[in-house]
Amino acid sequence: MRFSEAWLREHVNPPVDTQTLVEQLTMAGLEVDSVEPAAPDFSGVVVAQVLSVEPHPNADKLRLCQVTIGTDDLLPIVCGAPNVRKGMKVPLATVGAILPDGMKIKKAKLRGVESLGMLCSARELGLAEAASGLWELPEDAPLGQDLRQYLQLEDAIIDVDLTPNRADCLSIEGIAREVAVLNKIDWRPLSVSAVAADETATLPIDIANEAEFACPRYLGRLIKGINPDVSTPLWMQERLRRSGIRSISAIVDITNYVMLELGQPLHAFDADTLQGGIQVRFGRQGEKLVLLDDQEITLNDDVLVIADDVNPLALAGIMGGKSSAVTGTTQNIFLECAFFSPEAIMGKARRFGLHTDSSHRFERGVDPNLQSRAIDRASALILQIAGGHAGPVSEKVGEKYLPLRPLIELRGQRIEALLGLTIEDAETDDILKRLGMMAEREAGMWKVRPPSFRFDIAIEADLIEELARIYGYNNLPVQSLSFPTPLQSAPESQLSLDRIKDVLVDRGFQEVITYSFVDASLQEKLTPDLEAVPLLNPLSSEVAVMRTTLWSGLLNAAQYNFNRQQRRIRLFESGMKFYRQSGAIQQDKYLAGLATGAVLPEQWGVTPREIDFFDLKADIEAILSLTRRKRNFVFEAQAHPALHPGQSARILSRKDNQVCGWMGMLHPQIAQDLDLDQNIFLFEIRQSALTHQEIPAFQPLSKYPSVRRDIALVIPDEVEAQSLIDAIFACQADVLQDVLLFDVYQGKGLEAGQKSVALGLVLQHPEKTLTDSDIDVIVNDILQKLADQFGARLRG
Amino acid sequence: MTDSLETLLAQAEKDLASATDLQSLEQVRVRYLGKKGVFTQRMKELGKLPPEQRPQVGKVVNEARQKFQQALESRHAALQQAQLSRRLAAESIDVTLPGRGQRLEGLHPVTLTMRRIEKIFASVGFQVAEGPEIEDDYHNFEALNIPAHHPARAMHDTFYVDEHTLLRTHTSPVQIRVMEEDSPPHRIIAPGRVYRCDSDLTHTPMFHQVEGFLVDEGVSFAHLRGVLDEFLRNFFEQDVEVRFRPSYFPFTEPSAEVDIACVMCQGEGCRVCGQSGWLEVMGCGMIHPRVFEFVKIDLERYTGFAFGLGVERLAMLRYGINDLRLFFENDLRFLEQFH
Repeated sequence: MRFSEAWLREHVNPPVDTQTLVEQLTMAGLEVDSVEPAAPDFSGVVVAQVLSVEPHPNADKLRLCQVTIGTDDLLPIVCGAPNVRKGMKVPLATVGAILPDGMKIKKAKLRGVESLGMLCSARELGLAEAASGLWELPEDAPLGQDLRQYLQLEDAIIDVDLTPNRADCLSIEGIAREVAVLNKIDWRPLSVSAVAADETATLPIDIANEAEFACPRYLGRLIKGINPDVSTPLWMQERLRRSGIRSISAIVDITNYVMLELGQPLHAFDADTLQGGIQVRFGRQGEKLVLLDDQEITLNDDVLVIADDVNPLALAGIMGGKSSAVTGTTQNIFLECAFFSPEAIMGKARRFGLHTDSSHRFERGVDPNLQSRAIDRASALILQIAGGHAGPVSEKVGEKYLPLRPLIELRGQRIEALLGLTIEDAETDDILKRLGMMAEREAGMWKVRPPSFRFDIAIEADLIEELARIYGYNNLPVQSLSFPTPLQSAPESQLSLDRIKDVLVDRGFQEVITYSFVDASLQEKLTPDLEAVPLLNPLSSEVAVMRTTLWSGLLNAAQYNFNRQQRRIRLFESGMKFYRQSGAIQQDKYLAGLATGAVLPEQWGVTPREIDFFDLKADIEAILSLTRRKRNFVFEAQAHPALHPGQSARILSRKDNQVCGWMGMLHPQIAQDLDLDQNIFLFEIRQSALTHQEIPAFQPLSKYPSVRRDIALVIPDEVEAQSLIDAIFACQADVLQDVLLFDVYQGKGLEAGQKSVALGLVLQHPEKTLTDSDIDVIVNDILQKLADQFGARLRG
Repeated sequence: MTDSLETLLAQAEKDLASATDLQSLEQVRVRYLGKKGVFTQRMKELGKLPPEQRPQVGKVVNEARQKFQQALESRHAALQQAQLSRRLAAESIDVTLPGRGQRLEGLHPVTLTMRRIEKIFASVGFQVAEGPEIEDDYHNFEALNIPAHHPARAMHDTFYVDEHTLLRTHTSPVQIRVMEEDSPPHRIIAPGRVYRCDSDLTHTPMFHQVEGFLVDEGVSFAHLRGVLDEFLRNFFEQDVEVRFRPSYFPFTEPSAEVDIACVMCQGEGCRVCGQSGWLEVMGCGMIHPRVFEFVKIDLERYTGFAFGLGVERLAMLRYGINDLRLFFENDLRFLEQFH
C-alpha cells in the first residue's frame, strides 16, 4: 500500500514527524518499505497562462508566446511544444528556476528572440514518465502560485509492505485508524451522506442461490447522463499517482480513488452495453469472457461472475470485461459495489494469471459493512466531477452469509502465559477499545467481538498478539530459558556426518553445495536406469529435474572451475538424491565426491602424478574405516552407465549384501561429451551405510611375538586380489593378524595371462610363540588352499 | 729397548695424526693394537725376556701402549666430531622451502554457519531433526495453517512435483513431522535445504534454513525473546542490538520479525541495511493453536515457540559476502576463502 502522507494527515495528524510516523508503523507490524519525496527537487516553477502565441520569425517549429504570471509584466517565452495554445495554463520555469535534472533556467536568446523562462511538461518536472507536450493545468489554477505549493508537492510517499492478514489497512482510512490507535488520538473518518436519487431507473439484480455465500451483499445504481469528456481533477490524479495508480478516465479514476480512500473496490459498467439485469452467478462450463486486459478466459462453475441476462460481464471481484467497460463515449453507467467472500475469490485471480488491486483486497477481506458508504462516496464524486443523474441504490443481501466476527474469550491468565507479562486490566480494556473491539470484562476474562474489518482476528491468540503489538513487542519482558535440561545422550555407535566430512576435508576435498535440480539430459547419461522426478514449474531446462545422483552437480561444479583455469579439482557434497521407484518418490541422503588432476597439489621435490582409481579408493577406505567395520565393505567390479567399464566398482556391505555405493572413472564418452579432457574419478555412498559405528571392544594383547612371512604368488590375471585375501583369512582366521598386499607384478619373467602378487602374512598366536615349523604348517596350508582354489603357485 | 719404544710411540702418534678419517684410524689401531699389532707383538716378546726383567719391561711397554690408546681415543673422538660436523654441514637445508604433501581443503560456508548455529542451540539442549525435501502439501502448508488458496501462499513461490507434492518451501514442515511422531516437550532445530521458485540478484531457487522450536509447559514469548537475543549475540560474537517487530506467519501467533542493528555499519545506515540501520534476520512467534490442533497437542497444557532463519543471510552478514549467488556457483576461489 503506497500513499501520500499529506492525504493520510487529512484523516489523522499525530504530532510526530515523518520519520517517527514511519517508525511507528513499522514497529506496529505495518512494515514501511520506503519513504520517497512526492516530487523530485525543483524550484522557481509557477502557474502561468499563455496570453498569445505567434510564429517565431526565424524558426518553423518554434512559437513566441506572451505569458503572464499575474504580474503587470508579460514574459516573452519561446516554446516548441505542439500543444501550446492561447489561454492555457501551464507550469512556467522562471529565470533562476532549477529543474529536477539540475538544469538552471537563464535568460536566453533562441534564434535571435529573447525568452525569459521555459514552459514545462509533466515529464520535465519529474512527475510523469512520459509526456506529449506541455502540462495543461486546470483553469482555476491560481496565477503565479508556486507549483510545489499548488500541487502540495512537499509530501512524502510512504510504501507499506502489508502482511496478508492486514487487509483492513489497504486504505487511507485503515492506516489512519491504525495511526490513531498507536498515538492514542482520534481520527476523522470521511463523512459521507447518502446521494439522493434524481433518476428513477434501476436494474434488476439477481444473486443466484448457490452464489449467495460468495456474494452476500451487492449494491448497484444507475447514473445517467454523465459527461464523457471531463478529465480527472488534478488533485485526484496526484493522489492516485502517489499511490502508484495511473490515471485512466474520470470514472475509473474515481472508483480507484474510493478504493484507496475506503478500501472498497468498485466497478462501473457501461449501462448501454447491458442486456437486461444484473446476475451474480457462477460461470457456466466453457463460457468465454474477454477481460479488460484483452485476455480471453474460459470460465467454469467455481468462478464467480457478474453477468447480464445473456453474457458474463466481469470476473467478480477481480477484473471487468472488455465489452461492458466504460469508454470515452460512455454516458450511462451502472456502478457496482459488492462484498465478495474471501473464500470465493481466493486463488481465482492466480488461476488466470491475474493479480489486481481488487482481487488483492477481496481475497484478504473487505469490510462487509462498507458498501453503502462507498457507493455513496463514489456517486457523489461522479456527480461532482462528471455530472449526471443518479438512480436509487438497489441492494441485495444474503444476511446469513455475511461474515460475523466471532465472540472470543480472552483470559487474563492466558495473556500472562503467552507473553510472560501481566497487563493491567484497565490497559487491556483501553487497547481493545482503541482497536474498535467490543469487549466486556468479567472476572479476569473478556468477551470480545472484533470489528467487522478485522478478518484476521478469530481466536484468543490473535487478541493476545494485538495486545502485544499495541503494548509494543520491545516493551515485553525477556527471559532466559530456565527449563530443566537433562544431560544429553552421546550415542557412540552413531557416526556423524560432520566427522566424515572432516576426514574428506583433511584428505584434500573441498565441500560444495549444488542445486538439487539439474539438467535432465546430462543425468540421463549418468543414471539411465533411474526414473527422475521432474518439476512441474521449473525455472529453466537446466534445473528441470531433481537429481538422481549427486554426480550431476559435482560434474557441473568441476566444469565451472575447469573453465576458470583450475586443473586439479577435488570436491565432495552431501545431500539427497531423488528418484521414483514403482511410482513412489525415494529421497535418500548420499555423500559423493569427484577428483581429477594431480594426486598432490603442485609442489617441489615430488614427481607429479595424475590421480588414479586407487588414490580415490584410499580416500573411500578412510571413510569406511571410520565405521570400525572396514572389512564389512567390499569393492566389486561392476559396470555402471556413468563409469569406465574397466574401472568401476560397486561397494557392498557383506553383512546384508546391500549396495552402499559406487566408485570409478567417469566414462570417457561422457567426459568427452562434457568437454572434460582429464580423467575424472567419482564416488557416491549412501549415508545410511555409514551411520553405524562399532564401539571398540577390547581384545587382550598377545604376550607372544608376531612374525611376518612374505610370499610371492603367481596367479592367473583374472583372480582378484580381494578373493585371494578373503581366502587366506578364511583358512587361518585365528593366528592370522593381517594380510598385507605389497606388490603386484606383470611382465617379463611371467607367462602372459599371469601376474605375481606379493603378500605379507602377519601371524601371532594368543598363547604361544610360533615356531618355524608351526609357521611352515600354516603357510603350507594357505598355499595349498590357494593352489586348489586359484591355481596359485609360489613364484620361483 | 726403551729408546726403541719411544721411537715406536713417536711413530705411532705420527700415524694417528695422519689418519684423517675413522677408517684409516681403524687401520692404525689394528696396526698397533690388533692381534698382530706392534704393541701386541711387544707384549708377546716379553716372554722371551728373563723373568726378573719382565715386570720392568712389561710396565714400560704397557705404559707406552696406554699412552697410544689414549692418543687413539682422543683422535677417534676428534675425527668423529669432525665427521659429524661434515655431515651436519652437508645435510643442512633451506628450512623456508614449503612443506610437502596433501593440502587441507575446507567446508562450504553454509556448512560452517549451520554448524555454528547447531552448536549454539545444542548448548541449551536443542537436538537436530530432519525431514524430506520433496514434501506433501499437508506438511508444508495445511498443517501449518496455510490452507489452499490462502493469500499467504503467495509469500511462497512453490515448485511443484504434482498437485499435492512439492519441494518444501521452508523447514517448518519438520516441526509438524516431529510433533506428529513424539510427544512434548520438544527442543528441536531443523537445518536443511528449501526451495522457492524465484531467481534474481537476491534470490536463489534453493537456499538453507534452520527451523527451531520449543514446546513445553510454561513457554512464553519472553523466552522466545531471550533465546533469540542470546543466539544472535553468540552468533555474531557482538553485543548486537535486537528488536522484535510484529509480523504475520499463519503458523505462529503472535508472530514477529527479528531485526538486528546492522553489523556492517553498527546501525548508522549503509548499503547492506538499505540505510535503515536494521537488518531483518529471522521470523518467529508462538506456535499457532491450530498447528497444535493438527498434531494433537493439548494447547491448554503446552505452549511453544518457533523460529526460522536463513543460513545464507547469516553467513553473508557474518563473513561480509556481498552476492548470494556465489554460494552455489562453487567457484574454488570463493570457497577457499573459508579454509
